[in-house]
Amino acid sequence: MSAPANTGPVSIEDARIAPKPPLRRFHQARWDEPLLFELGTPGTRGVAVPAPEVPLDDSLPEALRRKQAPGLPEMSQLHVLRHYLRLSQENLGVDLNIDVGQGTCTMKYSPKVNDRFVRDHRVSELHPLQDDSTVQGVLEVMYHLEKMLAEISGMDRVSLQPGAGSAAIYTNIAMIRAYFASRGELEQRDEVITTIFSHPSNAACAKTAGFKVITLYPDADGYPDIEALKAAVGPRTAALMITNPEDTGIFNSRIAEFVDIVHEAGGLCAYDQANANGILGITRARAAGFDMCHFNLHKTFSTPHACGGPAAGASGVSDKLVPFLPRPTVEFDGTRYYLDDDRPESVGKIRPFYGVVPNLVRAYAWVMSLGAEGLREVAEIAVLNNNYLMKKILEIRGVSAPYAEGKRRIEQVRYSWEELHKDTGVHSEEIGVRAADFGTHYWTSHHPYVVPEPMTLEPTESYSRQDLDEYAAILAEVAREAYEDPETVRSAPHNSTIHQIRHETLDDPKTWAVTWRAYRRKILGQ
Amino acid sequence: MVNPVAGLGGRVGLKGSDGPDVQARARELGAVPRASERAAAALEELKARVGAAVVLTAAGPMGEDAVRAAGLEPDVRYTPDASDGPDRADASGTTAADTVAAARALARHVDLLLFAGGDGTARDVLDAVGASVPVLGVPTGVKMHSAVFGVGPRAAGEVAARVATTRAFTEAEVMDLDEEAVRSGRVSARLYGHLLVPDVPVRVQQRKVGSSAADPYAVGGIAAELAGRVGAGQLVLGPGGTTRAVAAALGVDVPVMGVNVLRDGRFFAADVNAAELLRLVTDDDWTGGTWIAVTPIGGQGFLLGRGNQQIAPEVLRAVGPDRLLAVATEAKLAALGGRPLLLDTGDPGLDGVLAGYRTVITGRGRTARYPVQGA
Amino acid sequence: MTGSFAHPYIPNSAPDVKRAMLDAVGAESVEDFYADVPADLRLQAPLDLPAPMRSEAALVRHMNGLLGRNTSTRDALSFLGGGVYQHHVPTVVDEVVDRSEFLTAYAGEPYEDHGRFQALWEYQSLMGELLEMDVVNVPTYDGFQASGTALRMAGRVTGARRIVVASAVSADKLSKIDDYVRPDHDVVVVPVVDGRADVAAVRAAIAEGDVAAVYAEAPSFLGVVDPALPELGELAHAAGALYVVNCNPISLGVVAPPASYGADIVCGDVQPLGVHMSFGGGNAGFIATHDEEHLVAEFPSRLFGVVPTAVEGEYGFGDVAYERTSFAIREEGKEWVGTAAALNGIAAGVYLALMGPQGMREIGETIMANTRYAMTRLAAIPGVEVPNADAPHFADFAVRFTGSRTVAEINEALRERDVFGGHALSDRDALYCVTEVHTKDDIDRLAALLEEIAK
Repeated sequence: MSAPANTGPVSIEDARIAPKPPLRRFHQARWDEPLLFELGTPGTRGVAVPAPEVPLDDSLPEALRRKQAPGLPEMSQLHVLRHYLRLSQENLGVDLNIDVGQGTCTMKYSPKVNDRFVRDHRVSELHPLQDDSTVQGVLEVMYHLEKMLAEISGMDRVSLQPGAGSAAIYTNIAMIRAYFASRGELEQRDEVITTIFSHPSNAACAKTAGFKVITLYPDADGYPDIEALKAAVGPRTAALMITNPEDTGIFNSRIAEFVDIVHEAGGLCAYDQANANGILGITRARAAGFDMCHFNLHKTFSTPHACGGPAAGASGVSDKLVPFLPRPTVEFDGTRYYLDDDRPESVGKIRPFYGVVPNLVRAYAWVMSLGAEGLREVAEIAVLNNNYLMKKILEIRGVSAPYAEGKRRIEQVRYSWEELHKDTGVHSEEIGVRAADFGTHYWTSHHPYVVPEPMTLEPTESYSRQDLDEYAAILAEVAREAYEDPETVRSAPHNSTIHQIRHETLDDPKTWAVTWRAYRRKILGQ
Repeated sequence: MVNPVAGLGGRVGLKGSDGPDVQARARELGAVPRASERAAAALEELKARVGAAVVLTAAGPMGEDAVRAAGLEPDVRYTPDASDGPDRADASGTTAADTVAAARALARHVDLLLFAGGDGTARDVLDAVGASVPVLGVPTGVKMHSAVFGVGPRAAGEVAARVATTRAFTEAEVMDLDEEAVRSGRVSARLYGHLLVPDVPVRVQQRKVGSSAADPYAVGGIAAELAGRVGAGQLVLGPGGTTRAVAAALGVDVPVMGVNVLRDGRFFAADVNAAELLRLVTDDDWTGGTWIAVTPIGGQGFLLGRGNQQIAPEVLRAVGPDRLLAVATEAKLAALGGRPLLLDTGDPGLDGVLAGYRTVITGRGRTARYPVQGA
Repeated sequence: MTGSFAHPYIPNSAPDVKRAMLDAVGAESVEDFYADVPADLRLQAPLDLPAPMRSEAALVRHMNGLLGRNTSTRDALSFLGGGVYQHHVPTVVDEVVDRSEFLTAYAGEPYEDHGRFQALWEYQSLMGELLEMDVVNVPTYDGFQASGTALRMAGRVTGARRIVVASAVSADKLSKIDDYVRPDHDVVVVPVVDGRADVAAVRAAIAEGDVAAVYAEAPSFLGVVDPALPELGELAHAAGALYVVNCNPISLGVVAPPASYGADIVCGDVQPLGVHMSFGGGNAGFIATHDEEHLVAEFPSRLFGVVPTAVEGEYGFGDVAYERTSFAIREEGKEWVGTAAALNGIAAGVYLALMGPQGMREIGETIMANTRYAMTRLAAIPGVEVPNADAPHFADFAVRFTGSRTVAEINEALRERDVFGGHALSDRDALYCVTEVHTKDDIDRLAALLEEIAK
C-alpha cells in the first residue's frame, strides 16, 4: 500500500519505525523446491571432466560393464548450485538460531577461522600414506591435541581415531574386550553395566561387542541407584559405562564410590564424557578413578555438527590400557613426529587411517584459542547459562525439572511438560514443532522416556543472556497457546518450510520410499 | 458411552462407586457426577483432530449430553429403560446392566467404542463386548488399575483420533479391586480379562543422533532371553500383556486369562489355579526344572499379588526365589519413574525373601537390576 | 582471561553480564553450581595447557606455521591411492557443504531442517541410481564401518557364522572387519592368486558350511576388477549365503554395479565422490540393499523416506520406521546409530548431480584409460614389473621393483623430485594409483623418473 498523495512536508514522526514486537515474526525459507530428479534437462551437465589423452581401456569383460547409464539428473552448474543453496536455507544451524534445544549435543559456536584451516590444501589435499616427512605439521597438531586431551581428562594416552562419540564408546568397549582377553578373563567377564540416563550407545556398543548389558535405573532423587550397582557387580562384571552428569544435568557426587565398587569386583570403568562441557577444568575423569573416557570433539571441542557428522571422538585411557589403543599412534622422537603402527596388542583399526583429521585440526585450534583459563571459562559460563535458563523455563506454566528439586544443574536439564500435557493434551513433541514457527526448536529425549513429556535444553557458553531470554519467551508463548489455543500448537508448523508430515507410510514396507527409484516403482507404478 | 456415576465415590473419600448404595452415599456426601464433563473433554479433543463427526451414543447422561457439549452431533442408538427399577440410585443413575446393554448396542456399528468410566465400567464393557471391537477408556473413575484408559481425557481423545489413520490394536488388561474388600481395609485385585485397545506407542520419530537401534518396546528379545534361560524346562507364565506377547513370540498361543504353564517350549496347562499350580511345580515326574516368569501388571508396578494370586506363596517357595524371573520392556520400567516393583504375596516373610534388587529381563542379553519391595 | 577479558566466543563472560545473571538465579558465584562436585574430585590447579593465542591474527599465524610443514598433493605429484583417492572436487561441492546452514545444523526435525532431510534423501536416491538399488542408508562413518556392518547384517539375516573373504582386502580394513564381527563371526580369508579370487579355494571354503556371506571388493585393494565377481555371487547364493560387495562408487559409470551381478548388500566409501582426502579423514560409508523387508529390517543406520505433507504437492521426509514391521523382533539388537558423516553424503550428492550420467561415464573411462596407460608405461621400464596386468584395473595397480633398490629407497628418490611414489606393500612391491587428475605428461614424467631410479 502506498501512502496517500503527499500533502505537505514529512515530519520526524513519519520516519519513526515502531519498536519490534517481543517475539520475532519469523518465517522460514520456503522455496517449495522440487526434487533434483525433477530438475534435469537431457544433454546438460554441471561439470566437465578431463578427457582421456590416452587410448580407452577395454579390458572389462561384458558382465562387468555397465549396461544402462545411471538415472542421474542432467543439470547445469548454476542449477545444481541453486537447488542446494535453496535447501541450505531451509535449515536452522547454530549460526542462525538459538540452538540451545538439542540437549546432550552441546551446540556451540564453531569458530569460522578454524574452518579456514581445514579448507587449506595443506590439510584437505594431504594423502594419508604420504611419508611422515611431508606431513610434520598435521602430525604435530595431532600429537599436541592428544596431549591436551590427556591433560583435560587426566588420562595417560588418547586415541583420536574414532569417527564420532558412539565410535569412541565402541573403541572403549573394544579395548575392554582386548584387556580381559589378554588376561584370560573374557569368558568370565561378559557383563557391562550402564544406566538408563547414560547415552544408549553405551548399551548398544557393549551389545555389539558381544557383552550382556545390565541397566540401572535412577533412584527417587534421579541419581543412578548405587544399591542396584552393588547388586549388579560380581565376577562377571567387565565394565561400568556411565555418564556424569547424566542427561538430567545432575552431577552424581558419589561417582568415585561407583568406580570403587566396580574396581573391587575386578571390572573397568569407562566415563562417557559427551556431557563434559560444564566440567572442563573443574574435575577430570582420572580424579574419580576412571580407567578410560571419551570426548566428542564435535560437542565439547567446538567442531561443527555438519548435519550429523563428520564428527570426531577421542578415547582416553590409563596406562594399563595403552597397549590396546587403536593403531597407529602419533609419536615424537625429539626431532620428528611419526606414526607408530607396530602395536601388537592393539585393537587394530577403528576407522581408515588416523581419524577425522579436519576436526582434529579444528579442535586443536579451538583449545589454542582458549587455553586453560579459557576452557574453564567455557565450563563456568555454560553452567551459568544453564541455571539461568532453568530459572526462566521454570517460570513457565506446565513445565517442571524432575528430580533433585531446588538443586543446581551442570550443563543441561531434562525438563518435563507432563503437567501441561495433562492440562491440555498437547505433547512435548508438538511444542517442539511449534517452536519451529519462531525460528528455533528442541529435542525431547532418548527412548524410552523416563521423564514423561521430556524436553532437554543445553545452552552452552555460546549464547548471550538476550538469546536465553528470547528462547524462554518463545517457549512461554507456546505454552500459553497450549492452554488457550491448543489447536494452533497441534497443527504446527505454520511458518516453516513445510507443513505437517504424514508419517504413516514410513511404517509400511509397501509404501516406504528410501530412494527416488523406490518412489517411482512403488508409488508411481513406473 | 458414559457411565455417568463413575468416579462419584472418589471425591468424597469412598474407594469406588460400584453399586447403587455406594452411589447414593456418595451423593449424600455431596458428590457431583463429573464423568460427562470429562467425556466431553475427550470428544472435544477428538473433534479438534478429525473434525466434525457423527458420534453414535446412548441417550442423555449416558453419552448424548457429552457429545452435544463437545459440539458434535449425537446419533442415539440406545436409551435406558425409563422404569425406576430397584437398582436406581436416582433418576440420572444407571446400572451395570445399562452399561452392558449400551455397549452391545453400539459395538455392532463402530470402529472404536470410547467409554467414560473406571475399572468397574471396564469390566462391564468386557462382559458386553469382549475383544470383538476396539475400545478405549476415558478415565473418570476412582479405581484406575486397568490398562485400557488414556492418561487423561484429552489424551484419550487424541488416541481415539489416531484410530482414523492408524489401525493398530493390542490387548490390554482389565483389572479391578474388590471394592468391598478395600473399604474394609483389605486389598484384593484380580485380572478380569483383556480388551482390545488402540496401540499407539510413542512415535520413535525424534531419533536425533545416537538413538540406539534397540527398540525399547519390543518383547521378542525378552522371549529369546527367557527361552535361553529356561531351555526345555517348565515355565509358569503369569498373566499380563508382556508375558502373553512373550508366549506368542515363543510360538505358543496361551489363553488371555490367568496363569499358564509351558513345558519344553510347548503349551501344557491353561488358566491354572493355585492348587493345580502347586501340583505342577511339585510334580516329581517332571525333572526339567521349573521357572516362573511374571511381569508387573496394572500400572502400579505390582509384580506379585495383583491379578496373579494363583502364584501363591507355596508355589513360589516350591520353585525357589532364584527361579522367579521378572520380565518387562524398558519402556514399562521407565514409565515407573523410579518407583520400585511391589510384592504382596500375602506372606510377608516371603515378600521379605523376594525383596531387594532383582534382575528384570528387558531384552536379549539385556537386563535391569531393579528394586523390588513389599507393598 | 577471567575478569576483564570477555572472550569473543563467550558472550556472557563480560563481567557485568555474568554478575547480573548470577544475581538473577540467586547465586554468589559459579562455585554454587558445582556444589555437588566433591572437593576431592576438584582440580586443584589450572590445567597445564599451552598459553592461548589471544587474537585471531595470532592464531592464524600459529596455524599457518604448522600447515607450512606439510607438503600437499598439490605441491607434489602424487601416485598414492590404496583406499583414499585424489580426485578433483568441483568448486560447487565445496560451496554447498561450506554453507553455515548445512555445516552447523545437526539433528533438527523435518520441519526446521527440511533442507537437510531433502539433501540426504536425494543423496540416497542418487546413490540408488548409481548402485541400481532401492535402499541406501544415511551415511555411516566410513567404508570400513560399512563393510563391517554389511557383514553383520548378512550374519543376522542368515544366522550363520563364517564370512568368506574372496578378494584382496587391505590389512587395515581386514583388521577393522575382524574386530567388528568377532562376537558373532569368524573371518576366513581365501588368498588371491594373480590378484584374482581363487574360485576353487572359495568354493572349498564355502563347502565347509555355516557361511553368512561371501565378501568381495570391486575393485579390490590391488585395483583389480575381478572377472570372477559374478561367479562368486553364484557360489554364495548356492550355499544360502549373502553376497556382500564393497565397490568404489566413482567406477560405476563404466563398471557394472554389483547388484547387476548378484550382490545382496553393496557397501563402500563415498570419499572419491567430492570429498577431500584430508589426510585420510574424509569418509562416509554407504550400505545398499534391494527393497526387501528382511534386509531393510537389519539396517542399523537411519533411512530417510519421502512422504506427503498436509499440503498437496509438498515433499516431507522422515525416518523409515522399520521397528514397526513384522521383522521388528530385534532379538540381537542392530549395532548402534550415531552422528556419523552426513555432510560428506551431501557432498557426494552434489557431486553426482554435477556429474550426471555422462560425467560419471567419462570419469570412469578416463581413470581406466590412465590406469592402463600407466600400467603399460611402467611395465616397459627395466627393473619394473606390473603383476596381474592382464586383469582389468581401476585406479590402483601393483608394481614390483626387481632392481637393486627397495620401494623405500625409490620413494625417497622420487620425493626429492617432488613426486610421491606408490605406497609400499613390501620392500619390493608398491601400490600405485592414477585418477582423472593425472595427465599423460604426469605419467610420462613418473615413467622417466623410474627409468632413472629403479634400475
